[in-house]
Amino acid sequence: MDVEADFLYTKEHEWINIDGNEATIGISEYAQSALGDITFIELPSADDEFDQFEQFASIESVKAASDIFLPMAGKILEVNTELEETPGLINKSCYEKGWMVKIQIAEMEESSNLLTAEEYTNYLRSVE
Amino acid sequence: MSATEVLKKTPLYEEHIALKARMIPFGGWLMPVQYEGILSEHQSTRQEAALFDISHMGEFLVEGHYKETGLDRILTQAIGDMPLKSSRYGMILNDNGHVIDDLIVFRLEEEKWFVVVNGATTEKDAQHFKNNLTSPVCFKNVSQDLGKIDIQGPASRDILKSFVEGIEKLNYFEFDQFDLLGENVLISRTGYTGELGYEIFYPWEKTKDLWQKLLENDRVKAAGLGARDVLRIEVGYSLYGHEITEDISPMEAGLTRFIDFSKDFIGKEAVVKQKENGVEKKLIGFKSGSRRSPRVDHKIYNAEKKEIGSVTSGTFSPSLNAGIGLGYIQTDQYEKDAGILIGNEKNQFKATITGKIFFKSDSLKS
Repeated sequence: MDVEADFLYTKEHEWINIDGNEATIGISEYAQSALGDITFIELPSADDEFDQFEQFASIESVKAASDIFLPMAGKILEVNTELEETPGLINKSCYEKGWMVKIQIAEMEESSNLLTAEEYTNYLRSVE
Repeated sequence: MSATEVLKKTPLYEEHIALKARMIPFGGWLMPVQYEGILSEHQSTRQEAALFDISHMGEFLVEGHYKETGLDRILTQAIGDMPLKSSRYGMILNDNGHVIDDLIVFRLEEEKWFVVVNGATTEKDAQHFKNNLTSPVCFKNVSQDLGKIDIQGPASRDILKSFVEGIEKLNYFEFDQFDLLGENVLISRTGYTGELGYEIFYPWEKTKDLWQKLLENDRVKAAGLGARDVLRIEVGYSLYGHEITEDISPMEAGLTRFIDFSKDFIGKEAVVKQKENGVEKKLIGFKSGSRRSPRVDHKIYNAEKKEIGSVTSGTFSPSLNAGIGLGYIQTDQYEKDAGILIGNEKNQFKATITGKIFFKSDSLKS
């Protein structure tokens, strides 16, 4: 399974790419593969605020639905509106074109609750 | 299902693993839910041709006169008037008029019948046949001898032509014995996708060879249960365990056209009573106002947010680019084109009551 080296991860298979006080968020290769063809996504609005690990989006594939949780608390700066028309971008490019939201990070120290790429890779081995 | 239960494997298990299929338990069997992906497998079926492993289905042979054997009384559909080499869809009911299973009966000879039932219900159905046939000697469960491959899609006839001489003579719901790769086998022009297609009953231990041979053609792709479910929901076919169960009557499921009320059959008294008095719930089809899809655990609410029923099947439909579903609602709440809400107490989305047939393919009867 492809794991981006510089990102941090949750055990629920979301990734976060931190850049200063801001971050981009999506779901991992493992998550998109497990979901299968993604057909619908419900994203939050700009300025919505969420706690760490709070549900901020939901994703549907042909046969299943999943809640998506924010890896760190923050305020939504931008959502990937392209996903509304072409949610399959998450299947094709989960770490780049399939990004879901950008946030203003509220509490930087919350990153210590997340897994590094190495820890996440080991975690995947334990669940597979 | 308990975790300790050993799942049965079809003769194509190794083939599915080789094709990197995702395998899931289904009605006691380990079955492929998808290979490349449900959307592409759906597209293959609607546009060209796809192969489905349906070896888990049960098959029975019944020999004797349709009435004297008791077969006619077991089945809801008329069978005495069936031409040779034709098949007919129907059900078996319990005394309460509820559905034990749905099935297709094939008339092999004047007094020889072939019955195809669901995989998960095969043992239960066999018992029901044995209990109700006048003599056990006329019944044989041949499920373990026969593998089954469905080839479905507008190109399926063209593809089969190069393997099977005379396949093009079959009309919808007709079958015959054909030579296929050196085996004399039953091929039926039926299916579960709403497309032109064939169901091939093949010797269990040789099914693998047929699967490999058919897949050598570039126009044919393997498709799993996931795509099969999307395809059958799009054309409004019921699935046993979802739309029809032992708590559901054919009246409620809208399947009375598959009942011959002029004959005697098990469950008739109850169904006739329902026909006269009406039923409290009714199977409907509905289309989501967006790509958001109904799910089996969702409830159905009317426009005033009053709970009126529940979803039995739901999916994203690639043909309609929207969520679609089937479910039961209170009969008095039914109104065609009415707006409804689908979801749970917390979250609902809008949908519209439609017919149960969401999609029709020209290929089916072509």
